[in-house]
Amino acid sequence: MRQTALRIASAVVIFAALLLLWIAVVKLFKIPVFMLPTPDRVLHAAIERFTSLMTSLWITGVAAAGGIVAAVVVGVLIALVFAQSRWIRRMFYPYTILLQTVPIVAIAPLILMWVGAGLFSVTLIAFIICLAPIIANTTQGLISVERNLVDLFVMNNASQAQILLKLRLPHAMPSLFTGIRISSGIAVIGAITAELFAGSARVGVGGIGYAIQYASAQLQTDYLFALVAAATALGFTFFFVVMFLEWYFLHKWHESARTPEED
Amino acid sequence: MSDATQAKADPVTRTPAIVLEHVSKQYGQGATILDNLSATIPPGEFVSIIGPSGCGKSTLLKLVAGLSPITSGKIVMERLTRVNARRITSFIFQDPTLLPWRTVRANVALGLELEHTNRASRNEIVDAMLALVGLADVAGMYPRELSGGMKMRVSIARALASRPRVLLLDEPFAALDEITRDRMNEELLRLREQHAWTVLFVTHSVAEAVFLSNRILVLAAHPGRLAHDIAVPLPWPRTAETRDSTEFDAVVSRVSRTLREVQGQ
Repeated sequence: MRQTALRIASAVVIFAALLLLWIAVVKLFKIPVFMLPTPDRVLHAAIERFTSLMTSLWITGVAAAGGIVAAVVVGVLIALVFAQSRWIRRMFYPYTILLQTVPIVAIAPLILMWVGAGLFSVTLIAFIICLAPIIANTTQGLISVERNLVDLFVMNNASQAQILLKLRLPHAMPSLFTGIRISSGIAVIGAITAELFAGSARVGVGGIGYAIQYASAQLQTDYLFALVAAATALGFTFFFVVMFLEWYFLHKWHESARTPEED
Repeated sequence: MSDATQAKADPVTRTPAIVLEHVSKQYGQGATILDNLSATIPPGEFVSIIGPSGCGKSTLLKLVAGLSPITSGKIVMERLTRVNARRITSFIFQDPTLLPWRTVRANVALGLELEHTNRASRNEIVDAMLALVGLADVAGMYPRELSGGMKMRVSIARALASRPRVLLLDEPFAALDEITRDRMNEELLRLREQHAWTVLFVTHSVAEAVFLSNRILVLAAHPGRLAHDIAVPLPWPRTAETRDSTEFDAVVSRVSRTLREVQGQ
C-alpha cells in the first residue's frame, strides 16, 4: 500500500518536472507559439475546442474498435479453417505474413480510391492492420493442443465439432487475447493513418487524423498537441480495455492473466 | 475381488475381456515396435505391463485403446472392435490431462457431457465420483490450484464417471512422489473392490506392478515382444501391510530378476 502511494507520488513529481522543463525551454529560447506551445496553452486549446476534440476522438475510436471487432470475427474464422490441416496452412499462411509486412501507408491511398473516403474505408484499413496478428496467434493456439488431450476426446467418442468447440477453441483463448492486445495498439495507428489520407466527408469534422492535418495546415500547434495527447490516450484506453477483458475471461484458470498479487 | 479370482480360476467359460492376437506394430517402414504379441486377459483381471524403455508398452496401450492403427494382428475387447469398445473403456494418461479452463467438477463431467448424458444424471454421477475419490470439497476449484496427487484423482474420477468395464492406465502415478504414489495405489485397489474392471496398467515400477496385479506381462525390447507372463500369488485384499510381507519382497525380487534378464538379452 505504501509502495503504491510512493510509486504514484514519484510518477506525479516526474511528470510535473517534465512540464516545468518544457515551459522553461519555451521561455528561455523564446520559441514562438506556432513552433512549440507551452502546456498551459495546449490545455487551453483542448478546453476551448473540447467538443470537436471529443468528436474526433469518437470518430477515430469507432473506426479503430470496429476494425478490431471485425478482425476478431474474420481472424478467428480464418484461424479455424487454418487449424483444419497443415496443407491449408502451407498454402495460405504466407498471405497473412504479406498482410503484416505490406506498409499500411502504401495501401491506404489505394483502398480509399477503391471504396471511397469515409468511416467505412477508415474502419477497413484498421481491420486490415489488425487481422494478421489475430490469425497468427489464434491459429497457433488452436493447433498447439496436446496430443493426449485430443486422444482423451477421441476415447470419449467426441465428434470433430466437439473437439473444436470444447477443446481447441478454449485452448486458443489466451493466444487470441495476445493477438487482440497487439491489434489494439496498432488499430488506432491504422485508423489515424487512414484519416490522414481520407480527409473528411464534412468540412471541419473528422477523426483525429483529419483534425491533425487540418490543425497543422492552420498552424494551430496548440490544438495539434492536444490531438496528439488525445490519440495517445485513445491507444492506452484500447490497450487497457483489452487487458481488462483478458483478465476477466482468463484470470480464473490461466497463469498469464493473473496479477502478481494473486499468487 | 472374489470376482477377479473366480475369473482367473475359470477363464474358459467367460468371454475374455481383452484378446491380443499376433499383434505387431511398425511405424511406416521403420523399426518394428511390437512383434507378434499375443495374450488373453479374462474379465476382472488386473494386468501390469513392465519392460525396459523401448519395449513398446505405451504403444501397446494406445493400440488397445484404438488410438493408433495395428500393423498386423487383431485386438478384440468383450467381442467388440477397438473403436466400438471405446464406450466401455477409459484411458488414464501419465499426466492428468485436465482442461485448465474447467473446474474440477466440470472436468469430471467431461466424458458424460461429450456423450450427451442429461444434466440431472450427469450431476448425480459427478457428485458420486467426487465423493469416491475424496474431492467433494474442491469441486469448484481450477486444476492450477490443486496438487499433483489431487489432479491425478480428478483424472481418475473423470475416467470412472463414464462407468468403464476396461481401464487402460499409462504410468499414471509416475510423476508423483513415492508416498503419494503408494497411497494412490491403495486407493485404486479400494475402488476396484467396488467395480470389477479389467485393468491394463503400464508402469516402470516393479513394486507397484506386484502390489496391484493379478498378473504381470514382462516385455522385451527391440523389437517389443512378450518375454514372460508372471502370475502374482499374493492374497487379496492387499493393503499397505502387504508391502511389508516377505512374500511381497520375494515376488518383487523375482520379477526384478526377470526384468534384468530381459534387459540383459
